[in-house]
Amino acid sequence: MEKFTPFRGIVAGIDRPNIDTDAIIPKQYLKSIKRSGFGVNLFDDWRYLDPGHPGVDNAQRRLNPEFVLNRSPFRHAQILLARRNFACGSSREHAVWALMDFGFRVVIAPSFADIFYNNSFKNGLLPIALGEVLVDQLFAELEQQQDYQLGIDLEKQVVSNAAGIEMPFEIEEFRKYCLQNGLDDIGLTMQHTDAIRSFEQQYYEKLPWLVQ
Amino acid sequence: MAAQTLYDKIWAMHEVRRDDDGTRLLYIDRHLVHEVTSPQAFEGLAKANRPIWRKQSIVAVPDHNVPTIGLEQGITDPVSRLQVETLDQNCDKYALVEFKMGDVRQGIVHIIGPEQGATLPGMTVVCGDSHTSTHGAFAALAFGIGTSEVEHVLATQCLIQKKSKNMRVTIDGAVAEGITAKDIVLKIIGEIGIAGGTGHTIEFAGEAITSLSMEGRMTVCNMTIEAGARAGLIACDQTTIDYIEGRPFAPSGENWNKALDYWQSLHSDDEAVFDREIHIDGTSIEPQVTWGTSPEMVIAIGDVIPDPAAEADAVKAGGMQNALDYMGLKANTACDQISLDKIFIGSCTNSRIEDLRAAARVVKGRKVANTIKLAMVVPGSGLVKQQAESEGLDKIFIEAGFEWREPGCSMCLAMNDDRLEPGERCASTSNRNFEGRQGKGGRTHLVSPAMAAAAAVFGHFVDVRELN
Ligand code: SF4
Repeated sequence: MEKFTPFRGIVAGIDRPNIDTDAIIPKQYLKSIKRSGFGVNLFDDWRYLDPGHPGVDNAQRRLNPEFVLNRSPFRHAQILLARRNFACGSSREHAVWALMDFGFRVVIAPSFADIFYNNSFKNGLLPIALGEVLVDQLFAELEQQQDYQLGIDLEKQVVSNAAGIEMPFEIEEFRKYCLQNGLDDIGLTMQHTDAIRSFEQQYYEKLPWLVQ
Repeated sequence: MAAQTLYDKIWAMHEVRRDDDGTRLLYIDRHLVHEVTSPQAFEGLAKANRPIWRKQSIVAVPDHNVPTIGLEQGITDPVSRLQVETLDQNCDKYALVEFKMGDVRQGIVHIIGPEQGATLPGMTVVCGDSHTSTHGAFAALAFGIGTSEVEHVLATQCLIQKKSKNMRVTIDGAVAEGITAKDIVLKIIGEIGIAGGTGHTIEFAGEAITSLSMEGRMTVCNMTIEAGARAGLIACDQTTIDYIEGRPFAPSGENWNKALDYWQSLHSDDEAVFDREIHIDGTSIEPQVTWGTSPEMVIAIGDVIPDPAAEADAVKAGGMQNALDYMGLKANTACDQISLDKIFIGSCTNSRIEDLRAAARVVKGRKVANTIKLAMVVPGSGLVKQQAESEGLDKIFIEAGFEWREPGCSMCLAMNDDRLEPGERCASTSNRNFEGRQGKGGRTHLVSPAMAAAAAVFGHFVDVRELN
């Protein structure tokens, strides 16, 4: 996993609550056995006018000109701004892979669904929860400014706008540490194999039917 | 010791270690695996040269891509086929238990876990699928995980977790005749909202819950995730124990008695304190129908579709308007005026034997309305199908004009060939009515099996309690 460093990036906004994982990456693309290549099908139903399937050449499909990610400069957006309960629905990590493959590194919303929130960190995507009022304000600023950018500083835990106003956000220490150092959870847990073994020993003594 | 909730008890039993910041390493008993969310995890494991920590914890099955007709031809879509073959290869390579296509035990992962007795009280159960919450019906802490976490469990038998908050939803009083588990859970989601349970584990309690069969309890826990909570729980009681006894993976002999002793402790203590408590009057629950593109957009059969103009919260009103536009519906339309094109009875929410019996009771001696283009029943597993056939349910459905299919996820998410065409409207017993869920442009109304069956017969929604 890549280390998460401070950056300023273009913001794309999708002004809807409860954007679900089926919208982020429709099921037909979950048939892939790979982790990459989902970016072209991010928000597929909203992004293309023609239906899509794995194997179809996406370059041949008509783009929906209204959809934000089809408009310049948002094709190069690195920060997604959305409303409450972002990415509710399924556990598909493909949602995170698709967002990252497109180029997003941060999603800002008032709240996130639990599984998606968890999945994000495993891949180096930073979900930032800001209050509803702040998110309202960011949407308003975004509407007024072409090429609207925000700065993200994980170390300081702040989002900063063009005027230099800093909006602090919360993140658990452990997750921050892993993101900053690009650490893989499995490697970290493998440091505790002795603890797992001794846990198992006492556990299966107490619950012998589980090893029947 | 301080009074504990059921969640606290199961959690405490599985804590391997605790970090200063509150992060815990949680031990996992049962790992259910299917073809969609596992290939990248197996690949990661092999790349890092890591072995599987505890093979016995795994039960695997292909379900999402499996066709429901023409099984002799195998899977015709090459992309789907490759995914299922990849699962088969991984399971063969590591010698894991897998119920392959063609095995009578094959079916939807959340149906077969309990059916095989692989889901037991007090366990931690995970699967790369959000509806893993289903297994909470057995007083097991069960939740969906992403693919990175699937790999993490394969490699370490553990997950890095933070404890969630405790929430209890109590349904007071008994529900009326004709009201099913699906109506109860849709009502709950309508009340607390699709993010109402975020950050919590929900325990379901009260007379209306304890009097449900295991099938009904699974339906309720299945949809916990639609209320935003990763896990739902119901205390272990005699109904739980009776269901498990004698199943292939269940303990037997002396172990059975030892297990019973432990399982009987799997309920919240009387004095336990929950971070949030919700009470819902069970006696007032009516048959539920969703009208929008999120499970919280739900009304009773006797109601009209709500009007965004009357909604004070602007973000919510916008969401409602989007939903009405997508669904091709108008505010204030009576629920029983909604006509359907297709009927789907199936999915991990409602494809167990009891669901099929309930639907068959409605359908018996009646015909599917000629305005319905397709009505299909997809049993949750090969064993459910076998049982239904031994009771003659297949004949009832077929005579009425339903298609009787092979087990799988089918039109719940339309990864195989079963799907809605743009604009088609479906009464579905599944769990998600998101845009495009059952096919691009498809319109889904979530209902109970009995309500779906009645809609098939009349071509529009009707109050199933008024049929006799
Ligand atoms: S039946 Fe539907 S919800 Fe259940 S596991 Fe299959 S696709 Fe998911």
